[in-house]
Amino acid sequence: MLLKQIKYLIAKEIKLEIRNKYALGGILLYVVSTIFVSYLSFKSIVTPSVWNALFWIILLFASVNAIAKSFISETKGKLLYLYTLVSPQAVILSKIIYNSLLLTVLSALCLLVYSVFIGNLIQDFPLFLLTLLLGSFGFSSLLTMVSAIASKTSNNFTLMAILSFPIMIPLLMVLIKLSKNAIDGLEKWDVNYLLVLVFINVIIIALSYLLFRYLWRD
Amino acid sequence: MKKNWWKVVAVVFVLYTIIAGFLFNVPAQPILHETIRNLYFHVPMWFSMMTILFVSLWHSIKYLSKSNIESDIVASQAAHTGMLVGALGLITGSIWAKYTWGAWWVADTKLNGAAITMLIYLAYFVLRGSIDEEQKRARIAAVYNIFAYVMLVVFLMILPRMNDSLHPGNGGNPGFNKYDLDSTMRMVFYPAVIGWILLTVWIFTLRVRLEKVKRKLLYND
Repeated sequence: MLLKQIKYLIAKEIKLEIRNKYALGGILLYVVSTIFVSYLSFKSIVTPSVWNALFWIILLFASVNAIAKSFISETKGKLLYLYTLVSPQAVILSKIIYNSLLLTVLSALCLLVYSVFIGNLIQDFPLFLLTLLLGSFGFSSLLTMVSAIASKTSNNFTLMAILSFPIMIPLLMVLIKLSKNAIDGLEKWDVNYLLVLVFINVIIIALSYLLFRYLWRD
Repeated sequence: MKKNWWKVVAVVFVLYTIIAGFLFNVPAQPILHETIRNLYFHVPMWFSMMTILFVSLWHSIKYLSKSNIESDIVASQAAHTGMLVGALGLITGSIWAKYTWGAWWVADTKLNGAAITMLIYLAYFVLRGSIDEEQKRARIAAVYNIFAYVMLVVFLMILPRMNDSLHPGNGGNPGFNKYDLDSTMRMVFYPAVIGWILLTVWIFTLRVRLEKVKRKLLYND
C-alpha cells in the first residue's frame, strides 16, 4: 500500500519536473555558474584539501537551494489534497527518494564541470563516486525534513540554511574525510566511515518517518 | 523544606567546590600546573548542559505525545538554561585555553562539538521566534529539537573517534584519568559535578516558574 503510493508520488514529481523544465535547469545552472566563478577566482587548485573543501561547499549550497523548494514552494491547498489521498509518510518518503535522485544528477554534473574547470585530483574514483552517492542520499533526506520544518514558518528560506547547517555537520565531516581518502588514493578503503555514513542515513530516514506525522498537520 | 533538600545540597556542594577547589592541594602536572583547578568549574558545565538538554528533549517528546503546552514551556526553558551553562563552559574553557594552549580558540574536536551544540540550539530559538501560533510553534519546535538532538548525539559519538583532542586526558596529554587524577581531586570533582548539575536544575525550575507566571499575567490582561 505504502510502496504503491510512494511509486505514484515519485512518478508525479518526475512528471511535474519535466513539465516545468526551468526549475531543474535553474538549479543546474546555479551549480555551473558557481563553479565558473570559483574557477575565475582560483584558476586551478592543486592542494587536495582545498579542492575537496571547495567541492563540498559548492555541493552543499546547491543542495540546500535545490531541496528548499520541495516543501516551501508547495501550496497549502495542494498539500492538503495530497494528504487526503495518501498517507503523510508516503509523501515524505517519496520526496526523500525523488530528491536523492535529483541530487545524484546534480552532484554528477557538479563533479563533471568541477573537474573540467578546476582540475581532477581524484585517484580512487570508485570510492569517490560511492561517497558522492551516499552523500547525495544523506543530504536529500536531511534537507527534505528540514524543508518540511522550515515551510511552517514565516521567513522560510533563511531558516532553511540556519536549521540545516548545524545538523548537517556530522554528515559533512564524514563525507569530507572519505572523499579526502579517495583523492589521496589510500590502498585500503576505510569501511568504518562508510558504515557510519550508512548508519547516519538510516537514522535520518527513520527520524523523518517517525516525526513527519506530527509535522504535516496545520 | 522536605521537598527542597536538594537545593541545600546544591548550595553546599557548590560552596565546597569553590573553597576546596581553590585551596586544596592539586598534583603538579606539566603544562597544566595550577590551571588544573579549572576541572572543577569547566568540566561540570558540560555535564550540566547535557543533562538539561536531555530534559529538554524528554519534554519535547512528551509534548508530541500529549500536546500539553506546559511541556513546551519546560522544553524551551531547559534549552535556554542549557545555553546559559554552555556559554559558561565556553568562557571558562576559552580563558583556560589562553593560558595553556596560547589561544582563545583552537581547532579541536571538543570545541567544534561545543560550537555546533550552541549553533543548533540558537537555530532552535530562531525557529521558535518565527512561528506565532502557540500550539503550532510548540509542535514544530519539538520536532526540530528531537531531530537535532539525535544528530548531535551521533556527532558527539563519531567526532572524537576521527581526531585526537588537545584536551587533558586525550591523545597522551596528562589530565583526568586514573593515573593522573589523584584522590584529593576526586574528592572535589565528584561533589562539583553533582553541585553544578543541581544548581543548573534549580535555575531551570525558576525559569519555568517565571515563564508560567508571565503567561498567566498575559492571559489575565
